[in-house]
Amino acid sequence: MDLGTFTEAFIFYLFAGIAVLAALGVVIARSPVRSALSLAVVFIALAAMYILLNAPFLAVAQTMIYAGAVLILFLFVIMVLNPRLDILGARTTAQTITAVVFAAAFAILMIAVLAGGHMAPATGAYTPEVVAKEGHTQVIGSLLFSQFLLPFEIASVLLLIAIVGAMVLARREKGAHKNIEG
Amino acid sequence: MLTVTHYTILSAILFSIGAVTVLVRRNPLIMFMGIELMLNAVNLAFVAFSRYLNNMDGQVFVFIVLTVAAAEVAVGLALVVAIFRARDNVDVDEIDLLKG
Repeated sequence: MDLGTFTEAFIFYLFAGIAVLAALGVVIARSPVRSALSLAVVFIALAAMYILLNAPFLAVAQTMIYAGAVLILFLFVIMVLNPRLDILGARTTAQTITAVVFAAAFAILMIAVLAGGHMAPATGAYTPEVVAKEGHTQVIGSLLFSQFLLPFEIASVLLLIAIVGAMVLARREKGAHKNIEG
Repeated sequence: MLTVTHYTILSAILFSIGAVTVLVRRNPLIMFMGIELMLNAVNLAFVAFSRYLNNMDGQVFVFIVLTVAAAEVAVGLALVVAIFRARDNVDVDEIDLLKG
């Protein structure tokens, strides 16, 4: 998007802060429902980032798929399993501290590598003007059906496998009827 | 002036928070949420590089990653439900029949 420099930086830092705080909320929340709702805030903050990065179709796809389907699936499973979830505790303090220290070290290592690296020159063909002229969805669609046709078809087969697999795994066994089924 | 480094550093921070979620929590549902957080962090890095290199391959890849993540969550949660039905307890540390 062609905003001013200050506006772009302000929006970036605003949604970056929201995303990081909500991600910390996912780790820290005691109740799984609060973790799921914090995760929804992360998804929506990242969708706002995608709009800032000239990817409106991905922003809407992210909101619909992640916040609209994946999260609802999480909430349904939490609803089904909830009465027995409160007996779980966190790990021991030593394990928690070790995990946090190593993850922080990993984050610092990644940040050091990323901050010290050079960015390649922008040699692609899809400048923001070209994408805006042709439409973002049209560009992704034409690429999906021409250059990325094989990954697209494999993703379709993967979805079919996931549907069949989820139905088989979650099916009740014959003869083990619970009383809600009459 | 925003460069790609801003976005990739944010992606690294979100990724490590997702990794902490998987390591620290024992509830499998919250571990799945950590995995989704890591996938989202990587998506952000892809889209950032795609925009700053004027190359659409990153965004198509993000589309495929979105699909794979949704499929993985469906199968994973079906597994969690099946395990819970078999043993009435969702603690991941107790699912250790394959342990050597």
